[in-house]
Amino acid sequence: LGCPLELTPHHLSASPTVTSEQIEHLHRRFKQLSRDQLTIRKENFDSIPDLEFNPIRGKIVHAFFDKRNLRQESEGLADEINFEDFLTIMSYFRPIEMNMDEEQLDRFRKEKLKFLFHMYDSDHDGKITLQEYRNVVEELLSGNPHLEKESARSIADGAMMEAASICVGQMGPDQVYEGITFEDFLKMWQGIDIETKMHVRFLTMETIAHCY
Amino acid sequence: IPSVSSIVPESCLLIVVGLLVGGLIKGVGEEPPILKSNIFFLFLLPPIILDAGYFLPLRQFTENLGTILIFAVVGTLWNAFFLGGLMYAVCQLSGPSLSHIGLLANLLFGSIISAVDPVAVLAVFEEIHINELLHILVFGESLLNDAVTVVLYHLFEEFANFEQVTIIDIILGFLSFFVVSLGGVFVGVIYGVIAAFTSRFTSHIRVIEPLFVFLYSYMAYLSAELFHLSGIMALIASGVVMRPYVEANISHKSHTTIKYFLKMWSSVSETLIFIFLGVSTVAGHHYWNWTFVISTLLFCLIARVLGVLVLTWFINKFRIVKLTPKDQFIIAYGGLRGAIAFSLGYLLDYQHFDMRDMFLTAIITVIFFTVFVQGMTIRPLVDLLAVKKKQETKRSINEEIHTQFLDHLLTGIEDICGHYGHHHWKDKLNRFNKKYVKKCLIAGERSKEPQLIAFYHKMEMKQAIELVESGGIGKIPSAVSTVSIQNINPKSLPVERILPALSKDKEEEIRKILRNNLQKTRQRLRSYNRHTLVADPYEEAWNQMLLRRQKARQLEQKMNNYLTVPAHKLDSPTMSRARIGSDPLAYEPKADSENLPIITIDPASPQSPDSADLMNEEPKGCGGLPPSPEEDEEGLVMRVKEPSSPGTDDVFTPGTGDSPSNQRMLRCLSDPGPRPEPEEGEPFIPKGQ
Repeated sequence: LGCPLELTPHHLSASPTVTSEQIEHLHRRFKQLSRDQLTIRKENFDSIPDLEFNPIRGKIVHAFFDKRNLRQESEGLADEINFEDFLTIMSYFRPIEMNMDEEQLDRFRKEKLKFLFHMYDSDHDGKITLQEYRNVVEELLSGNPHLEKESARSIADGAMMEAASICVGQMGPDQVYEGITFEDFLKMWQGIDIETKMHVRFLTMETIAHCY
Repeated sequence: IPSVSSIVPESCLLIVVGLLVGGLIKGVGEEPPILKSNIFFLFLLPPIILDAGYFLPLRQFTENLGTILIFAVVGTLWNAFFLGGLMYAVCQLSGPSLSHIGLLANLLFGSIISAVDPVAVLAVFEEIHINELLHILVFGESLLNDAVTVVLYHLFEEFANFEQVTIIDIILGFLSFFVVSLGGVFVGVIYGVIAAFTSRFTSHIRVIEPLFVFLYSYMAYLSAELFHLSGIMALIASGVVMRPYVEANISHKSHTTIKYFLKMWSSVSETLIFIFLGVSTVAGHHYWNWTFVISTLLFCLIARVLGVLVLTWFINKFRIVKLTPKDQFIIAYGGLRGAIAFSLGYLLDYQHFDMRDMFLTAIITVIFFTVFVQGMTIRPLVDLLAVKKKQETKRSINEEIHTQFLDHLLTGIEDICGHYGHHHWKDKLNRFNKKYVKKCLIAGERSKEPQLIAFYHKMEMKQAIELVESGGIGKIPSAVSTVSIQNINPKSLPVERILPALSKDKEEEIRKILRNNLQKTRQRLRSYNRHTLVADPYEEAWNQMLLRRQKARQLEQKMNNYLTVPAHKLDSPTMSRARIGSDPLAYEPKADSENLPIITIDPASPQSPDSADLMNEEPKGCGGLPPSPEEDEEGLVMRVKEPSSPGTDDVFTPGTGDSPSNQRMLRCLSDPGPRPEPEEGEPFIPKGQ
């Protein structure tokens, strides 16, 4: 029903790179996923065959329903999302443009990193604790069933210690590092230029994969 | 005052040396040697290309593959035809001396001189440390344009002998390009897979592992050259394909060997090539024609600049990270010519090409110009234009986790969008690799090891080695942070394991490395501590032995009142010395020796558990000593744990030893061990007793 081609959602107007053609493509895909309903629920994502192999599919699907990503003021999880929300999530992956100035670039980068941060921080308390980080590494390694949990935990511990030493420096034996806050997260990502890495090309989208 | 080496790149100096040597030889009256083409192509070029291909930064290369291919193929074609055509026009217009040079000859000349040379590019770009993107673009272009050069060269050489060139010939020539390039890659891939497969079975003969890498790569090169396919692309393809599997199979030492041999050979080759260029310049027969040479030079530069500008405009439409004008300038300026052009020109024979000498002169002039003028000025220009330099980033485990997470996330989003993009196919390739290819080509356990774990092991190994080498001096190196497991998880027990369980041979390897390095460290430690009064180790051990003898005698006396089983007699002095000498930890074992870690890095880092407790395997007691009689409550039987310990080879795992040997004992004794902890109430036995 309402194909919002004329509607430019207010949060996308910050950068008019999502053209109407791309919105149309995404709308078609949305209709495919939702089986012509107005909203999508979590179950609809199960119909994508390729997503099965992805070790972090749980977190990805969760991210679509996370209210923090949907720029709503409330917390928690939404039950269902409509096309506008779908577009909002997709807008996190738009590519960089040449004519952005420093401030826009910085905001752009922070937005993408915030999206990632929400994916790591599953209990929504604004910090990535050791347990959450362990959970991330376990999921990443979940494609190898013969591995023990021990390995994933040790890697996560090592990574956490490294993060602590980057963010806080030298620590005495009785100081405790609570978790990675967003500022620390920004510090960790300084070496990687996320603006260019975190994007999906919307240029040509003729191949629309089929669902079940 | 800037030194010579900071202004003049190495390649220039080498050419100058060659010129001097050639001049010297000529002055003496001998005929200086010329760089023969077969020596160049068979022996001097492959090591450089193999070194480049084996250590190619694959991630950046594949990300920019489209751009590189366009520069390599289209750029080179444009250069060749533009230059050839213009030179033909110049030849026709310039008068009788040149007008007999036909179009095909000029096109041939154009194709020889238009290819960017990997040797020269490597030599110059390595010194200026520009950012990775530009480096991989220019360098990748210089590698991949070999296919184009080979095709054009052979094509024009053949055509120059034909009476007539038909359309069919041209079309066939066009097709042969694909055969040459893809055929070269195919040959390389086959040899790469064979090499990987061979390395799977070399676990018992580690010494010849490096040989296979070199051998199979060289065979790939020769096979490709045999069929007139692109040898360079074969070499690169084989290096790239075999590397991940071979590295998973071979030992750490073989890996180091391969690295150092490749670097050594490629350095030697590069040096020889440039020196020979200088000598050949002096030795060769030259025919200088002002018009020809100057116009060649001019048109080379113009062609390069135009080509880069037009192609970049086209490429930027498809790139996410656009190429700025600064980048374009560096790419254009970095198009250096080198020895490949010279050798190809040298290969022309006189019968068909009587203007060969003129060609050679022009080629040498262009080479000299690009290497000297462009090579020398590129560094100040890079500084002037403030081009981004290479960032020295250390790969950390966090980055690895984040990169993998991001890859999976983007693949997932692509799947949700229904868009089969770059990430989707990469993920499919990875899955295929994991499921089928790795099982065939990697031996044993490591075939199932996920990338994250492999990366983590590599880092731990590196850290262990670093720590051992620096920590032996007695300080905590500042690179090792004092963050420990307590800081992030205060509820955890301090003995909690930090490292994932390593497989048996990995453990053995790490242990061997540490053992060798720690022994050396201990010896070094001794020499630095000249001011501390450390007792002579022989004396020390002797004192210890005497102490024990005394204690044993006391115990014997005690036991003799109760024993039904006769106590062991103490061995001869040699045996006990061996026994004691094998144990550098000069204190008595504690009752809970079961929990003692086997390897302890001694005084270096008292608190970071991730440095010390590297192996917490199943407990082996420190069975090198007889248990202290006071703590041995079992009374009736005096258990002297001798048989396993005397002269154990492995000073850190007593209990797995062999029969004693003097050599081992000496080695052990030269190992001073920590300062012995003085025990309460024990009299200090003075020297000379």
